[in-house]
Amino acid sequence: MRSDVDSAYAHVATIRSRPDVRKREEKREETPGNQPGGSRAPAPLPHRAKAADVSQVLHTPPSTAAPADTDLAALAARHGLSVSGARPTLPEYVRRLWARRHFIAAFSTAKLTAQYSQAKLGQVWQVMNPLLNAAVYYFIFGVLLQTKKGVPDYVPFLVTGVFVWTFTQSSILSGTRAISGNLGLVRALHFPRAALPISFCLQQLQQLLFSMAALAVILLVFGVPVAVSWVLAIPALVLQFTFNAGVSMIMARLGAKTPDIAQLMPFVLRTWMYVSGVMWSIDHLLSRHNDLPSWVGPVLQANPAAVYIDLMRFALIDSFHASRLPAHVWLIATGWALLAGVGGFIYFWKAEETYGRG
Amino acid sequence: MADHTPLTDERTPTVIADGVDIVYRVNGTGAGRGSATAALNRMLRRKQAEKASGVRKVHAVKNVSFVAYRGEAIGLIGTNGSGKSTLLKAVAGLLPVENGRIYTDGQPSLLGVNAALMNDLTGERNVHLGGLAMGMSREQVKERYQEIVDFSGINDKGDFITLPMRTYSSGMQARLRFSIAAAKDHDVLLIDEALATGDGSFRKRSEARIRELRAQAGTVFLVSHSNKSIRDTCDRVLWLERGELRMDGPTEEVMKEYEAFTDDKPRPARKPRPKQAPVSA
Repeated sequence: MRSDVDSAYAHVATIRSRPDVRKREEKREETPGNQPGGSRAPAPLPHRAKAADVSQVLHTPPSTAAPADTDLAALAARHGLSVSGARPTLPEYVRRLWARRHFIAAFSTAKLTAQYSQAKLGQVWQVMNPLLNAAVYYFIFGVLLQTKKGVPDYVPFLVTGVFVWTFTQSSILSGTRAISGNLGLVRALHFPRAALPISFCLQQLQQLLFSMAALAVILLVFGVPVAVSWVLAIPALVLQFTFNAGVSMIMARLGAKTPDIAQLMPFVLRTWMYVSGVMWSIDHLLSRHNDLPSWVGPVLQANPAAVYIDLMRFALIDSFHASRLPAHVWLIATGWALLAGVGGFIYFWKAEETYGRG
Repeated sequence: MADHTPLTDERTPTVIADGVDIVYRVNGTGAGRGSATAALNRMLRRKQAEKASGVRKVHAVKNVSFVAYRGEAIGLIGTNGSGKSTLLKAVAGLLPVENGRIYTDGQPSLLGVNAALMNDLTGERNVHLGGLAMGMSREQVKERYQEIVDFSGINDKGDFITLPMRTYSSGMQARLRFSIAAAKDHDVLLIDEALATGDGSFRKRSEARIRELRAQAGTVFLVSHSNKSIRDTCDRVLWLERGELRMDGPTEEVMKEYEAFTDDKPRPARKPRPKQAPVSA
């Protein structure tokens, strides 16, 4: 047993005694006379710290490739060892992420459940929250500002808009903090980091499903008939989820590097909300103001948030006709989803190995 | 010792650290002139002004190289803040290295699951969540569920596993965490100190479990301040001091030096040096 261990050290010592390694070691052993024994092969490296070393604690060394790397690297290669914490290839990354799908689902459900577990009303808040939100917007925009003029079925119109927008908004907000707010998790366990932003988006999707149940009741109360087109809500949600997850991953990477972005996002998102026609009708505005520059209409209508909101309205509200949608709306919706989803995923994966540096 | 020729292929290396440097960057230490101006400075001039603008770099591990072999139990010792846990996290691939490389055989795992658990959820759901977070499949978690609960002893005094974790005493929380973390088998196992907590009987059980894990794992790293547990479990010791590998050798030899060092100078880093070079922090 002991001799086994000795041979291991003998090997380490061999590596150390290579001239290129020695150069490095000598630099670190400037203080002589502290070597106990010196007869042993492992050559322990005790040395008294000097004042200059103290400063080194706070500074990085010049990043030079150490000359000895080739030796240990060769040993590693010979035994088929892989670099720890290296970024996996994209297909491998996707495979690992898929392997963790149960964790992603369990984590998002757990987050959702934990959210209201201390409240007396408990999970009722899942539905109450969006409803109260919609009531506030109705009071301000519907009653006080009279945005509802000329918009048929204004309450369903508004509530659908608020719910669908909230999905995108909360997904992006939680995505921004996905890495920076979970450093403990990132530093403690090994899993593809994309699991975090995706899991948070999934949590918001579950939240939205609660809201959709409330929405169905509201629609029926306000006399919107059940129609086959309600099925279209499913593809619309799938596309929106893909888009949200993609943007979340982009924001997660940015937020991991610059946590300040989390402070900025609420303002960006509020601006985005006001131009997305959540509480007013874009096509209504365009038909009333013919003096607007010609690019305003297409830009407003191609805005992904507006596209997903209007698709949902088109699916659920019978008075919201296809004529109020921009041309090729499904194509635009799919395009945004693919662009954000695939682009965001690759962008996030590119920095996989850097997450957790703090 | 002369009869031992350096053998390369007889023992299989499982972890190779090759000149590893680990650097933490800390924002907002107020080291620059006024944090707002410093922040602006940092944004405008990025790299060049990192030091001047209040980003402190903490060089936690400096140029550490070692080779760990299959079947070894390696202790990591050193005074507080000497970089032991940091090095362990880097071996686990959880912290990026600044320079150098760490090669591993398979995926080393850190024994610990605390961060994935949620205090607002029941113990039952936390067992599931923790198991999944460690990379177990749903079937594996189901299979081991009863084992984990029994090991933790949470249900000894009644049906506590269905209560939220925040209602547990801190001892019970620690026991459940350890039980979840220890439920998985590992190739290269990294154990950070203070995992074996709880009362006497649980401590005995967890020590036995760690020995069991050691027997299954290829290589074990143990960070501890308990010289006794290092002597009990490890046959090789790495001594880190202020981020540098100060000694690497058989347990007894290194421990002797280390004990002499800690008895001799309790806080070496804090002592003012007589020949202080004019360096800025």
